[in-house]
Amino acid sequence: MKVDLYNYILGIADNSLILGQRLGELCGHGPNLETDIACTNISLDLLGQVRSYYQYAAKIKNDNSTEDDIAFLRKERDYVNVLLVEQPNTDFAYVIVRQFLFDTFYYEFLNELQKSHDVTLAAIAHKSIKEVSYHQRFSSDWIKRLGDGTSESHQKVQAAVNDLFMYTDELFHQTDADIAMIADGIGVDTGLLKANYYSKITKILEEATLQVPEHKYFHKGGKQGIHTEHLGYLLADMQYMQRTYPNMEW
Amino acid sequence: MGEEKIKNLEEQFEARILRDEKIEPKDWMPEKYRKTHIRQISQHAHSEIVGMLPEGNWISRAPSLRRKVALLAKVQDEAGHGLYLYSACETLGISREELYEQLHTGKAKYSSIFNYPTLTWADMGAIGWLVDGAAIINQVPLCNTSYGPYARAMIRVCKEESFHQRQGFEIMLKLSEGSEEQKTMAQDALNRWWWPSLMMLGPTDAESVHTEQSMKWKLKRKTNDELRQQFIDQTVPQADLLGLTIPDPELKWNETTGHYDFGVIDWDEFWQVVKGHGPCNKERMKARVDAWDNGAWVRDAAVAYAEKKQERKEKKAV
Repeated sequence: MKVDLYNYILGIADNSLILGQRLGELCGHGPNLETDIACTNISLDLLGQVRSYYQYAAKIKNDNSTEDDIAFLRKERDYVNVLLVEQPNTDFAYVIVRQFLFDTFYYEFLNELQKSHDVTLAAIAHKSIKEVSYHQRFSSDWIKRLGDGTSESHQKVQAAVNDLFMYTDELFHQTDADIAMIADGIGVDTGLLKANYYSKITKILEEATLQVPEHKYFHKGGKQGIHTEHLGYLLADMQYMQRTYPNMEW
Repeated sequence: MGEEKIKNLEEQFEARILRDEKIEPKDWMPEKYRKTHIRQISQHAHSEIVGMLPEGNWISRAPSLRRKVALLAKVQDEAGHGLYLYSACETLGISREELYEQLHTGKAKYSSIFNYPTLTWADMGAIGWLVDGAAIINQVPLCNTSYGPYARAMIRVCKEESFHQRQGFEIMLKLSEGSEEQKTMAQDALNRWWWPSLMMLGPTDAESVHTEQSMKWKLKRKTNDELRQQFIDQTVPQADLLGLTIPDPELKWNETTGHYDFGVIDWDEFWQVVKGHGPCNKERMKARVDAWDNGAWVRDAAVAYAEKKQERKEKKAV
Protein backbone atom coordinates (compact mmCIF):
# COMPACT_ATOMS: atom_id res chain seq x y z
CA MET A 1 0.00 0.00 0.00
CA LYS A 2 1.13 3.53 -0.75
CA VAL A 3 1.25 4.64 2.88
CA ASP A 4 2.26 8.22 2.22
CA LEU A 5 -0.47 8.75 -0.36
CA TYR A 6 -3.04 7.17 1.97
CA ASN A 7 -2.01 9.41 4.86
CA TYR A 8 -1.88 12.39 2.57
CA ILE A 9 -5.49 11.85 1.51
CA LEU A 10 -6.60 11.54 5.14
CA GLY A 11 -4.82 14.80 5.86
CA ILE A 12 -7.08 16.52 3.34
CA ALA A 13 -10.29 14.59 3.88
CA ASP A 14 -10.39 14.61 7.69
CA ASN A 15 -10.63 18.41 7.65
CA SER A 16 -13.73 18.25 5.47
CA LEU A 17 -15.25 15.42 7.51
CA ILE A 18 -14.90 17.13 10.86
CA LEU A 19 -15.98 20.53 9.57
CA GLY A 20 -18.91 18.95 7.72
CA GLN A 21 -19.92 17.22 10.95
CA ARG A 22 -19.72 20.46 12.92
CA LEU A 23 -21.87 22.30 10.37
CA GLY A 24 -24.37 19.44 10.38
CA GLU A 25 -24.93 20.03 14.10
CA LEU A 26 -26.35 23.45 13.24
CA CYS A 27 -29.02 22.23 10.86
CA GLY A 28 -32.38 23.62 11.99
CA HIS A 29 -30.86 26.08 14.46
CA GLY A 30 -29.59 28.88 12.23
CA PRO A 31 -30.29 32.60 12.76
CA ASN A 32 -32.67 32.50 9.79
CA LEU A 33 -33.75 30.04 7.13
CA GLU A 34 -31.38 31.36 4.48
CA THR A 35 -28.23 30.94 6.57
CA ASP A 36 -29.50 27.61 7.87
CA ILE A 37 -29.82 26.36 4.32
CA ALA A 38 -26.41 27.77 3.38
CA CYS A 39 -24.59 26.12 6.30
CA THR A 40 -26.25 22.80 5.54
CA ASN A 41 -25.26 23.23 1.94
CA ILE A 42 -21.61 23.72 2.85
CA SER A 43 -21.80 20.67 5.10
CA LEU A 44 -23.26 18.67 2.22
CA ASP A 45 -20.54 19.80 -0.17
CA LEU A 46 -17.78 18.93 2.28
CA LEU A 47 -19.20 15.51 3.09
CA GLY A 48 -19.68 14.80 -0.59
CA GLN A 49 -16.00 15.57 -1.13
CA VAL A 50 -15.10 13.39 1.85
CA ARG A 51 -16.79 10.44 0.21
CA SER A 52 -14.67 10.85 -2.93
CA TYR A 53 -11.46 11.12 -0.89
CA TYR A 54 -12.22 8.15 1.38
CA GLN A 55 -13.39 5.96 -1.49
CA TYR A 56 -10.04 6.61 -3.11
CA ALA A 57 -8.22 6.01 0.19
CA ALA A 58 -10.10 2.72 0.64
CA LYS A 59 -8.99 1.64 -2.80
CA ILE A 60 -5.38 2.39 -1.92
CA LYS A 61 -5.72 0.56 1.38
CA ASN A 62 -6.94 -2.45 -0.56
CA ASP A 63 -8.07 -4.54 2.44
CA ASN A 64 -11.87 -4.41 1.93
CA SER A 65 -12.11 -1.24 4.00
CA THR A 66 -14.95 1.05 2.97
CA GLU A 67 -15.34 4.81 3.07
CA ASP A 68 -17.38 4.32 6.25
CA ASP A 69 -14.69 2.26 7.99
CA ILE A 70 -12.28 5.09 7.39
CA ALA A 71 -14.77 7.76 8.41
CA PHE A 72 -16.21 6.10 11.51
CA LEU A 73 -13.93 3.41 12.87
CA ARG A 74 -10.66 5.12 13.63
CA LYS A 75 -9.54 6.07 17.13
CA GLU A 76 -9.25 9.70 18.16
CA ARG A 77 -5.47 9.75 17.75
CA ASP A 78 -5.82 8.52 14.15
CA TYR A 79 -7.77 11.56 12.91
CA VAL A 80 -5.37 14.06 11.37
CA ASN A 81 -7.60 17.11 10.82
CA VAL A 82 -6.30 20.50 11.88
CA LEU A 83 -7.48 21.80 15.25
CA LEU A 84 -9.33 24.71 13.65
CA VAL A 85 -12.12 22.60 12.14
CA GLU A 86 -13.00 20.73 15.33
CA GLN A 87 -13.64 23.93 17.31
CA PRO A 88 -17.24 24.04 18.57
CA ASN A 89 -20.18 26.07 17.24
CA THR A 90 -19.89 28.56 20.11
CA ASP A 91 -22.07 31.08 18.28
CA PHE A 92 -22.67 32.22 14.70
CA ALA A 93 -19.54 34.40 14.82
CA TYR A 94 -17.35 31.38 15.64
CA VAL A 95 -19.05 29.37 12.91
CA ILE A 96 -18.37 32.05 10.32
CA VAL A 97 -14.80 32.81 11.42
CA ARG A 98 -13.89 29.11 11.51
CA GLN A 99 -15.37 28.75 8.03
CA PHE A 100 -13.63 31.85 6.69
CA LEU A 101 -10.21 30.87 8.04
CA PHE A 102 -10.60 27.38 6.58
CA ASP A 103 -12.22 28.26 3.24
CA THR A 104 -9.54 30.78 2.39
CA PHE A 105 -6.88 28.13 2.91
CA TYR A 106 -8.79 25.31 1.26
CA TYR A 107 -9.52 27.31 -1.87
CA GLU A 108 -5.83 28.10 -2.39
CA PHE A 109 -4.97 24.50 -1.59
CA LEU A 110 -7.43 23.02 -4.09
CA ASN A 111 -6.31 25.45 -6.72
CA GLU A 112 -2.86 23.89 -6.50
CA LEU A 113 -4.09 20.34 -6.01
CA GLN A 114 -5.76 20.54 -9.40
CA LYS A 115 -2.24 20.36 -10.83
CA SER A 116 -1.39 17.19 -8.89
CA HIS A 117 0.30 14.35 -10.78
CA ASP A 118 -2.24 12.08 -9.13
CA VAL A 119 -5.17 12.24 -11.56
CA THR A 120 -7.79 11.19 -9.01
CA LEU A 121 -6.81 13.89 -6.55
CA ALA A 122 -6.60 16.43 -9.35
CA ALA A 123 -10.11 15.46 -10.46
CA ILE A 124 -11.56 15.70 -6.94
CA ALA A 125 -9.87 19.10 -6.54
CA HIS A 126 -11.25 20.28 -9.85
CA LYS A 127 -14.78 19.32 -8.85
CA SER A 128 -14.51 20.63 -5.29
CA ILE A 129 -13.02 24.02 -6.03
CA LYS A 130 -16.25 25.29 -7.55
CA GLU A 131 -18.06 24.45 -4.32
CA VAL A 132 -15.35 25.88 -2.10
CA SER A 133 -15.25 29.07 -4.10
CA TYR A 134 -18.89 29.57 -3.11
CA HIS A 135 -18.14 28.72 0.54
CA GLN A 136 -15.36 31.28 0.56
CA ARG A 137 -17.64 33.95 -0.83
CA PHE A 138 -20.32 33.11 1.72
CA SER A 139 -18.00 33.20 4.73
CA SER A 140 -16.13 36.33 3.56
CA ASP A 141 -19.40 38.18 2.98
CA TRP A 142 -20.57 37.30 6.46
CA ILE A 143 -17.25 38.40 7.99
CA LYS A 144 -17.91 41.81 6.43
CA ARG A 145 -21.55 41.91 7.53
CA LEU A 146 -20.74 40.97 11.11
CA GLY A 147 -17.58 43.08 11.36
CA ASP A 148 -19.11 46.18 9.81
CA GLY A 149 -22.68 45.57 11.03
CA THR A 150 -23.63 46.61 14.55
CA SER A 151 -21.29 47.22 17.49
CA GLU A 152 -22.54 43.98 19.05
CA SER A 153 -21.80 41.93 15.96
CA HIS A 154 -18.42 43.64 15.58
CA GLN A 155 -17.47 42.74 19.12
CA LYS A 156 -18.67 39.14 18.78
CA VAL A 157 -16.89 38.48 15.52
CA GLN A 158 -13.69 40.12 16.79
CA ALA A 159 -13.78 37.81 19.82
CA ALA A 160 -14.11 34.79 17.52
CA VAL A 161 -11.24 36.02 15.31
CA ASN A 162 -9.05 36.51 18.39
CA ASP A 163 -9.83 33.00 19.64
CA LEU A 164 -9.53 31.11 16.37
CA PHE A 165 -6.61 32.90 14.73
CA MET A 166 -4.14 30.87 16.78
CA TYR A 167 -5.21 27.76 14.86
CA THR A 168 -4.30 29.14 11.44
CA ASP A 169 -0.57 28.45 11.41
CA GLU A 170 -1.19 24.71 11.61
CA LEU A 171 -2.83 24.80 8.18
CA PHE A 172 0.68 25.18 6.74
CA HIS A 173 2.48 22.55 8.81
CA GLN A 174 3.81 19.63 6.82
CA THR A 175 3.75 16.02 7.93
CA ASP A 176 6.13 13.34 6.61
CA ALA A 177 3.41 12.25 4.19
CA ASP A 178 3.00 15.84 2.98
CA ILE A 179 6.74 16.19 2.36
CA ALA A 180 6.91 12.88 0.50
CA MET A 181 3.92 13.74 -1.67
CA ILE A 182 5.27 17.21 -2.48
CA ALA A 183 8.49 15.56 -3.61
CA ASP A 184 6.47 13.25 -5.90
CA GLY A 185 4.58 16.13 -7.47
CA ILE A 186 1.33 14.82 -5.95
CA GLY A 187 1.01 17.04 -2.90
CA VAL A 188 0.68 20.79 -2.56
CA ASP A 189 3.56 22.71 -1.05
CA THR A 190 1.49 24.60 1.49
CA GLY A 191 4.52 26.66 2.51
CA LEU A 192 4.12 28.54 -0.76
CA LEU A 193 0.48 29.44 0.03
CA LYS A 194 1.12 31.00 3.40
CA ALA A 195 1.95 34.58 2.46
CA ASN A 196 -0.96 34.84 0.08
CA TYR A 197 -3.29 33.32 2.68
CA TYR A 198 -2.45 35.85 5.35
CA SER A 199 -2.63 38.75 2.96
CA LYS A 200 -6.09 37.65 1.78
CA ILE A 201 -7.30 37.15 5.36
CA THR A 202 -5.91 40.54 6.38
CA LYS A 203 -7.57 42.29 3.47
CA ILE A 204 -11.04 40.92 4.30
CA LEU A 205 -10.68 41.46 8.04
CA GLU A 206 -9.60 45.05 7.48
CA GLU A 207 -12.45 45.61 5.08
CA ALA A 208 -14.71 44.30 7.85
CA THR A 209 -13.17 46.90 10.20
CA LEU A 210 -11.67 44.09 12.32
CA GLN A 211 -8.26 43.86 13.93
CA VAL A 212 -5.86 41.19 12.73
CA PRO A 213 -4.53 39.58 15.91
CA GLU A 214 -0.80 39.70 16.42
CA HIS A 215 -0.26 36.20 17.73
CA LYS A 216 3.18 35.01 18.55
CA TYR A 217 2.03 31.58 19.63
CA PHE A 218 -0.02 29.19 17.57
CA HIS A 219 -1.63 25.88 18.45
CA LYS A 220 -0.74 22.72 16.61
CA GLY A 221 -1.05 18.97 16.99
CA GLY A 222 -4.09 17.96 14.95
CA LYS A 223 -2.00 16.75 12.05
CA GLN A 224 -0.19 14.41 14.46
CA GLY A 225 -3.50 13.26 15.97
CA ILE A 226 -3.08 15.32 19.12
CA HIS A 227 -6.38 17.15 19.30
CA THR A 228 -8.31 19.51 21.53
CA GLU A 229 -10.71 17.93 24.01
CA HIS A 230 -13.59 18.80 21.69
CA LEU A 231 -12.83 16.10 19.14
CA GLY A 232 -13.48 13.14 21.46
CA TYR A 233 -17.09 14.20 21.97
CA LEU A 234 -17.60 14.90 18.30
CA LEU A 235 -16.37 11.39 17.48
CA ALA A 236 -18.42 9.73 20.23
CA ASP A 237 -21.47 11.28 18.64
CA MET A 238 -20.49 10.63 15.04
CA GLN A 239 -19.34 7.04 15.61
CA TYR A 240 -22.26 6.03 17.85
CA MET A 241 -24.10 3.82 15.36
CA GLN A 242 -21.02 2.14 13.90
CA ARG A 243 -19.69 1.37 17.38
CA THR A 244 -22.98 0.22 18.87
CA TYR A 245 -23.99 -1.94 15.91
CA PRO A 246 -20.77 -3.20 14.35
CA ASN A 247 -20.64 -4.84 10.93
CA MET A 248 -24.10 -3.93 9.74
CA GLU A 249 -25.40 -2.43 6.55
CA TRP A 250 -27.51 0.72 6.73
CA MET B 1 -67.56 49.53 -0.27
CA GLY B 2 -71.31 48.97 -0.22
CA GLU B 3 -72.71 45.67 0.98
CA GLU B 4 -74.22 44.90 -2.36
CA LYS B 5 -70.97 45.53 -4.17
CA ILE B 6 -69.14 43.17 -1.82
CA LYS B 7 -71.81 40.54 -2.36
CA ASN B 8 -71.34 40.94 -6.06
CA LEU B 9 -67.57 40.60 -5.77
CA GLU B 10 -67.96 37.53 -3.61
CA GLU B 11 -70.22 35.90 -6.16
CA GLN B 12 -67.75 36.59 -8.94
CA PHE B 13 -64.96 35.28 -6.73
CA GLU B 14 -66.73 32.00 -5.95
CA ALA B 15 -67.58 31.63 -9.63
CA ARG B 16 -63.91 31.95 -10.56
CA ILE B 17 -63.00 29.20 -8.12
CA LEU B 18 -65.77 27.03 -9.53
CA ARG B 19 -64.28 27.53 -12.99
CA ASP B 20 -60.93 26.32 -11.59
CA GLU B 21 -59.32 29.72 -12.11
CA LYS B 22 -56.40 30.57 -9.84
CA ILE B 23 -56.69 33.43 -7.38
CA GLU B 24 -53.56 35.59 -7.46
CA PRO B 25 -52.17 37.91 -4.72
CA LYS B 26 -53.41 41.14 -6.33
CA ASP B 27 -56.92 39.83 -6.96
CA TRP B 28 -59.78 40.82 -4.72
CA MET B 29 -60.58 38.14 -2.16
CA PRO B 30 -62.95 37.85 0.79
CA GLU B 31 -61.27 38.55 4.11
CA LYS B 32 -62.17 35.08 5.34
CA TYR B 33 -60.43 33.51 2.36
CA ARG B 34 -57.30 35.52 3.09
CA LYS B 35 -57.32 34.64 6.78
CA THR B 36 -58.00 30.96 6.20
CA HIS B 37 -55.15 30.78 3.74
CA ILE B 38 -52.75 32.57 6.06
CA ARG B 39 -53.69 30.09 8.76
CA GLN B 40 -53.29 27.00 6.62
CA ILE B 41 -50.18 28.02 4.65
CA SER B 42 -48.36 29.28 7.73
CA GLN B 43 -49.29 26.15 9.65
CA HIS B 44 -47.81 24.19 6.80
CA ALA B 45 -44.65 26.34 6.74
CA HIS B 46 -44.23 26.04 10.50
CA SER B 47 -44.59 22.27 10.23
CA GLU B 48 -41.72 22.15 7.76
CA ILE B 49 -39.48 24.20 10.04
CA VAL B 50 -40.35 22.42 13.27
CA GLY B 51 -40.18 19.15 11.33
CA MET B 52 -36.49 19.79 10.73
CA LEU B 53 -35.79 19.21 14.42
CA PRO B 54 -36.70 15.55 14.99
CA GLU B 55 -34.71 14.52 11.93
CA GLY B 56 -31.93 17.01 12.57
CA ASN B 57 -31.54 15.10 15.82
CA TRP B 58 -29.93 12.21 13.87
CA ILE B 59 -27.68 14.06 11.42
CA SER B 60 -24.66 13.91 13.71
CA ARG B 61 -25.25 10.19 14.37
CA ALA B 62 -26.24 8.92 10.93
CA PRO B 63 -24.75 5.45 10.47
CA SER B 64 -22.92 5.98 7.17
CA LEU B 65 -21.65 8.85 5.06
CA ARG B 66 -24.25 8.11 2.41
CA ARG B 67 -27.06 8.27 4.98
CA LYS B 68 -25.65 11.39 6.59
CA VAL B 69 -25.55 13.21 3.26
CA ALA B 70 -29.07 12.05 2.34
CA LEU B 71 -30.48 13.10 5.71
CA LEU B 72 -28.80 16.50 5.54
CA ALA B 73 -30.22 16.99 2.06
CA LYS B 74 -33.67 15.96 3.24
CA VAL B 75 -33.71 18.35 6.20
CA GLN B 76 -32.40 21.06 3.90
CA ASP B 77 -35.30 20.39 1.53
CA GLU B 78 -37.66 20.93 4.45
CA ALA B 79 -36.04 24.30 5.14
CA GLY B 80 -36.54 25.09 1.44
CA HIS B 81 -40.22 24.10 1.67
CA GLY B 82 -40.56 26.36 4.68
CA LEU B 83 -38.98 29.18 2.73
CA TYR B 84 -41.31 29.05 -0.23
CA LEU B 85 -44.38 28.43 1.88
CA TYR B 86 -43.56 31.47 4.00
CA SER B 87 -43.09 33.42 0.77
CA ALA B 88 -46.49 32.23 -0.50
CA CYS B 89 -48.00 33.28 2.82
CA GLU B 90 -46.36 36.70 2.66
CA THR B 91 -48.22 37.40 -0.58
CA LEU B 92 -51.37 37.54 1.56
CA GLY B 93 -50.09 40.62 3.37
CA ILE B 94 -48.39 39.27 6.47
CA SER B 95 -44.66 39.46 7.24
CA ARG B 96 -42.37 36.58 8.07
CA GLU B 97 -41.63 38.19 11.45
CA GLU B 98 -45.35 38.21 12.28
CA LEU B 99 -45.62 34.56 11.23
CA TYR B 100 -42.68 33.57 13.46
CA GLU B 101 -44.19 35.58 16.28
CA GLN B 102 -47.41 33.56 15.93
CA LEU B 103 -45.42 30.31 16.03
CA HIS B 104 -43.29 31.32 18.98
CA THR B 105 -46.21 32.50 21.09
CA GLY B 106 -48.19 29.35 20.36
CA LYS B 107 -50.88 31.25 18.44
CA ALA B 108 -50.13 29.31 15.25
CA LYS B 109 -50.07 25.54 15.20
CA TYR B 110 -47.81 23.07 13.42
CA SER B 111 -48.24 19.38 12.72
CA SER B 112 -48.44 17.50 16.02
CA ILE B 113 -46.42 14.57 14.73
CA PHE B 114 -43.21 16.53 15.25
CA ASN B 115 -43.82 16.57 18.98
CA TYR B 116 -42.84 12.91 19.17
CA PRO B 117 -39.21 12.02 19.89
CA THR B 118 -36.81 10.36 17.43
CA LEU B 119 -35.19 7.67 19.53
CA THR B 120 -33.39 5.41 17.07
CA TRP B 121 -32.02 5.50 13.54
CA ALA B 122 -35.09 3.55 12.39
CA ASP B 123 -37.17 6.61 13.22
CA MET B 124 -35.53 8.30 10.22
CA GLY B 125 -36.95 5.52 8.08
CA ALA B 126 -40.36 5.55 9.74
CA ILE B 127 -40.71 9.32 9.42
CA GLY B 128 -39.87 9.26 5.73
CA TRP B 129 -42.09 6.28 5.02
CA LEU B 130 -45.10 7.09 7.21
CA VAL B 131 -45.01 10.79 8.03
CA ASP B 132 -43.98 11.93 4.56
CA GLY B 133 -46.35 9.30 3.15
CA ALA B 134 -49.26 10.79 5.07
CA ALA B 135 -48.11 14.30 4.18
CA ILE B 136 -48.18 13.48 0.48
CA ILE B 137 -51.74 12.20 0.73
CA ASN B 138 -52.68 15.46 2.42
CA GLN B 139 -50.76 17.60 -0.02
CA VAL B 140 -51.17 16.21 -3.52
CA PRO B 141 -54.71 17.63 -3.82
CA LEU B 142 -53.31 21.04 -2.86
CA CYS B 143 -51.37 21.22 -6.14
CA ASN B 144 -54.79 22.15 -7.59
CA THR B 145 -55.91 24.42 -4.82
CA SER B 146 -57.44 27.78 -5.72
CA TYR B 147 -54.75 30.13 -4.40
CA GLY B 148 -52.06 30.35 -7.10
CA PRO B 149 -48.89 30.88 -5.01
CA TYR B 150 -49.86 28.03 -2.67
CA ALA B 151 -50.69 25.65 -5.52
CA ARG B 152 -47.37 26.36 -7.24
CA ALA B 153 -45.40 25.93 -4.01
CA MET B 154 -47.15 22.61 -3.43
CA ILE B 155 -46.15 21.24 -6.82
CA ARG B 156 -42.50 21.62 -5.83
CA VAL B 157 -43.07 20.38 -2.30
CA CYS B 158 -44.86 17.23 -3.45
CA LYS B 159 -42.12 16.25 -5.88
CA GLU B 160 -39.54 16.37 -3.11
CA GLU B 161 -41.80 14.74 -0.54
CA SER B 162 -42.33 11.72 -2.70
CA PHE B 163 -38.56 11.37 -3.03
CA HIS B 164 -38.28 11.57 0.77
CA GLN B 165 -40.95 8.96 1.18
CA ARG B 166 -39.08 6.51 -1.05
CA GLN B 167 -35.88 7.29 0.81
CA GLY B 168 -37.58 6.55 4.14
CA PHE B 169 -39.01 3.30 2.83
CA GLU B 170 -35.55 2.32 1.60
CA ILE B 171 -34.10 2.90 5.10
CA MET B 172 -36.81 0.59 6.49
CA LEU B 173 -36.15 -1.98 3.78
CA LYS B 174 -32.45 -2.07 4.58
CA LEU B 175 -33.25 -2.56 8.27
CA SER B 176 -35.79 -5.28 7.59
CA GLU B 177 -33.23 -7.16 5.50
CA GLY B 178 -30.60 -6.73 8.20
CA SER B 179 -29.76 -8.32 11.57
CA GLU B 180 -32.29 -9.22 14.24
CA GLU B 181 -31.39 -6.04 16.08
CA GLN B 182 -32.10 -3.99 12.97
CA LYS B 183 -35.44 -5.72 12.38
CA THR B 184 -36.43 -5.09 16.00
CA MET B 185 -35.42 -1.45 15.60
CA ALA B 186 -37.61 -1.15 12.49
CA GLN B 187 -40.63 -2.79 14.16
CA ASP B 188 -40.25 -0.61 17.23
CA ALA B 189 -40.21 2.51 15.07
CA LEU B 190 -43.35 1.39 13.23
CA ASN B 191 -45.03 0.70 16.58
CA ARG B 192 -44.31 4.20 17.81
CA TRP B 193 -45.05 6.14 14.59
CA TRP B 194 -48.10 4.30 13.25
CA TRP B 195 -50.83 5.84 15.38
CA PRO B 196 -49.43 9.39 15.36
CA SER B 197 -49.23 9.09 11.56
CA LEU B 198 -52.94 8.22 11.38
CA MET B 199 -53.70 11.18 13.62
CA MET B 200 -51.71 13.40 11.25
CA LEU B 201 -54.56 13.26 8.77
CA GLY B 202 -56.63 15.28 11.18
CA PRO B 203 -59.63 14.76 13.46
CA THR B 204 -62.54 12.64 12.26
CA ASP B 205 -64.99 14.35 9.92
CA ALA B 206 -67.51 14.78 12.71
CA GLU B 207 -64.95 16.76 14.75
CA SER B 208 -63.35 18.70 11.93
CA VAL B 209 -64.37 22.36 11.97
CA HIS B 210 -62.86 23.56 8.73
CA THR B 211 -63.85 20.90 6.22
CA GLU B 212 -66.89 22.38 4.46
CA GLN B 213 -65.48 25.81 3.70
CA SER B 214 -62.10 24.33 2.78
CA MET B 215 -63.73 21.98 0.29
CA LYS B 216 -65.38 24.92 -1.42
CA TRP B 217 -62.08 26.75 -1.80
CA LYS B 218 -60.28 23.57 -2.89
CA LEU B 219 -58.06 23.68 0.16
CA LYS B 220 -59.40 20.21 0.64
CA ARG B 221 -60.64 17.70 -1.91
CA LYS B 222 -61.33 14.78 0.39
CA THR B 223 -62.34 14.58 4.03
CA ASN B 224 -59.88 13.62 6.77
CA ASP B 225 -61.45 10.18 7.14
CA GLU B 226 -61.23 9.50 3.41
CA LEU B 227 -57.58 10.53 3.37
CA ARG B 228 -56.86 8.37 6.41
CA GLN B 229 -58.46 5.35 4.77
CA GLN B 230 -56.41 5.97 1.63
CA PHE B 231 -53.22 6.15 3.70
CA ILE B 232 -53.98 2.90 5.51
CA ASP B 233 -54.95 1.05 2.32
CA GLN B 234 -51.75 2.17 0.68
CA THR B 235 -49.42 1.53 3.63
CA VAL B 236 -50.51 -1.91 4.86
CA PRO B 237 -49.16 -3.76 1.78
CA GLN B 238 -45.89 -1.85 2.13
CA ALA B 239 -45.57 -3.03 5.73
CA ASP B 240 -46.19 -6.58 4.50
CA LEU B 241 -43.41 -6.15 1.99
CA LEU B 242 -41.09 -5.09 4.82
CA GLY B 243 -42.17 -8.07 6.93
CA LEU B 244 -43.32 -5.70 9.66
CA THR B 245 -46.54 -5.87 11.66
CA ILE B 246 -48.87 -2.87 11.90
CA PRO B 247 -49.51 -2.41 15.63
CA ASP B 248 -53.29 -2.71 15.35
CA PRO B 249 -54.90 -6.07 16.24
CA GLU B 250 -58.16 -4.92 14.65
CA LEU B 251 -56.62 -4.20 11.28
CA LYS B 252 -58.34 -6.47 8.75
CA TRP B 253 -59.10 -6.44 5.03
CA ASN B 254 -62.80 -5.94 4.41
CA GLU B 255 -63.98 -7.64 1.19
CA THR B 256 -67.26 -5.79 1.16
CA THR B 257 -65.92 -2.26 1.43
CA GLY B 258 -62.68 -2.98 -0.42
CA HIS B 259 -60.77 -1.22 2.37
CA TYR B 260 -58.97 -2.13 5.55
CA ASP B 261 -60.93 -1.90 8.79
CA PHE B 262 -58.86 -0.53 11.62
CA GLY B 263 -58.94 0.00 15.37
CA VAL B 264 -59.98 3.03 17.37
CA ILE B 265 -57.62 6.00 17.35
CA ASP B 266 -56.76 7.47 20.72
CA TRP B 267 -58.09 10.97 20.11
CA ASP B 268 -57.40 11.96 23.70
CA GLU B 269 -53.72 11.60 22.96
CA PHE B 270 -54.14 13.62 19.77
CA TRP B 271 -55.82 16.56 21.52
CA GLN B 272 -53.36 16.37 24.37
CA VAL B 273 -50.46 16.81 21.93
CA VAL B 274 -52.29 19.53 19.98
CA LYS B 275 -52.82 21.43 23.21
CA GLY B 276 -49.10 21.42 23.94
CA HIS B 277 -48.73 18.40 26.19
CA GLY B 278 -46.97 15.99 23.83
CA PRO B 279 -43.60 14.43 24.66
CA CYS B 280 -41.53 17.12 22.89
CA ASN B 281 -43.75 20.21 22.48
CA LYS B 282 -41.68 22.23 24.91
CA GLU B 283 -38.32 21.16 23.47
CA ARG B 284 -39.38 21.85 19.89
CA MET B 285 -40.67 25.30 20.71
CA LYS B 286 -37.65 26.10 22.83
CA ALA B 287 -35.34 25.08 19.97
CA ARG B 288 -37.18 27.39 17.55
CA VAL B 289 -37.38 30.31 19.96
CA ASP B 290 -33.70 29.92 20.93
CA ALA B 291 -32.59 29.81 17.30
CA TRP B 292 -34.57 32.98 16.62
CA ASP B 293 -33.48 34.84 19.75
CA ASN B 294 -29.82 33.81 19.45
CA GLY B 295 -29.87 34.86 15.81
CA ALA B 296 -31.26 38.36 16.46
CA TRP B 297 -27.83 40.02 16.55
CA VAL B 298 -26.90 38.30 13.28
CA ARG B 299 -30.03 39.52 11.50
CA ASP B 300 -29.53 43.02 12.96
CA ALA B 301 -25.95 43.03 11.69
CA ALA B 302 -27.07 42.06 8.18
CA VAL B 303 -29.61 44.90 8.10
CA ALA B 304 -27.14 47.45 9.50
CA TYR B 305 -24.48 46.40 6.99
CA ALA B 306 -26.89 46.60 4.06
CA GLU B 307 -27.92 50.10 5.15
CA LYS B 308 -24.31 51.24 5.47
CA LYS B 309 -23.51 49.85 2.06
CA GLN B 310 -26.49 51.65 0.54
CA GLU B 311 -25.48 54.93 2.21
CA ARG B 312 -21.94 54.65 0.87
CA LYS B 313 -23.28 53.95 -2.59
CA GLU B 314 -25.53 57.01 -2.44
CA LYS B 315 -22.69 59.20 -1.18
CA LYS B 316 -20.52 58.04 -4.03
CA ALA B 317 -23.25 58.83 -6.52
CA VAL B 318 -23.48 62.42 -5.18
